[in-house]
Amino acid sequence: MADVNRGNRPLSPHLQVYRLPLPAITSIMTRITGHALVAGILLLVWWLVAAVSSPGAFAAADWVLRSWIGFLVMLGSTWALWFHLLSGVRHLFYDAGMGLEIEDAKRSSWGIIIGSVALTVLSLIIFFT
Amino acid sequence: MRYITPRKAAIGMGSARTGTLHHWQMTVTSAALLILTPLFMIVVGGAIGLERAAVIAHFGRPFAGIVTALFIVVGMIHFIKGTRIMLDDYLHGTANRVAIIVSHIFGWGVIATALFALAKMAFTTPVI
Repeated sequence: MADVNRGNRPLSPHLQVYRLPLPAITSIMTRITGHALVAGILLLVWWLVAAVSSPGAFAAADWVLRSWIGFLVMLGSTWALWFHLLSGVRHLFYDAGMGLEIEDAKRSSWGIIIGSVALTVLSLIIFFT
Repeated sequence: MRYITPRKAAIGMGSARTGTLHHWQMTVTSAALLILTPLFMIVVGGAIGLERAAVIAHFGRPFAGIVTALFIVVGMIHFIKGTRIMLDDYLHGTANRVAIIVSHIFGWGVIATALFALAKMAFTTPVI
């Protein structure tokens, strides 16, 4: 055992101190945004079914939807939807065997982050004008 | 006696017995949602802030009603299948199965609720 290579071997990442690379962050964010969209769809479907239930039910759902917390849920859902959509497009390219190199994955990660924020701002501008 | 070799029966099916069907369904639903998502955002964006009667009339129109119905049906099927992958990663055994059943009940509950609301809006809106 004397000639065993000590100290110069490749190390596996220690997950509690390992800083995730950007493509890993955008990858886990795809799963998180997809599941977080439950909040937005629940609020909207509640609002839809309240509209055909009674004036009181609609007033309650509409109040929540148009309150600041409803606005935050809708704003977050809009960003999550765009993020998940752009990341989904990347997955379609991945499936076709494109963009799998690390440098390409970093570039597409920035594309998803910047693109999702830009499309959210664009959505807000369209909504409020 | 089955006139099929064990190898022939196994090819392409994998341990889940459905082969790549799940992955292909995610691909198909994601492609559909690529078109539906922007349309859905426009339809919903045009409805938030309206009075109750106007909301009902808004979703009672063919384009808004069809886009919203398609987005929620395809979106929730995509959700159920996507959740399945997360549950398979993090939960095992009975907990995994219970969570998958809950996910299906939730997803189809959302679909049924939304379709009921949209149908009622479509059929109660007077044709002008």
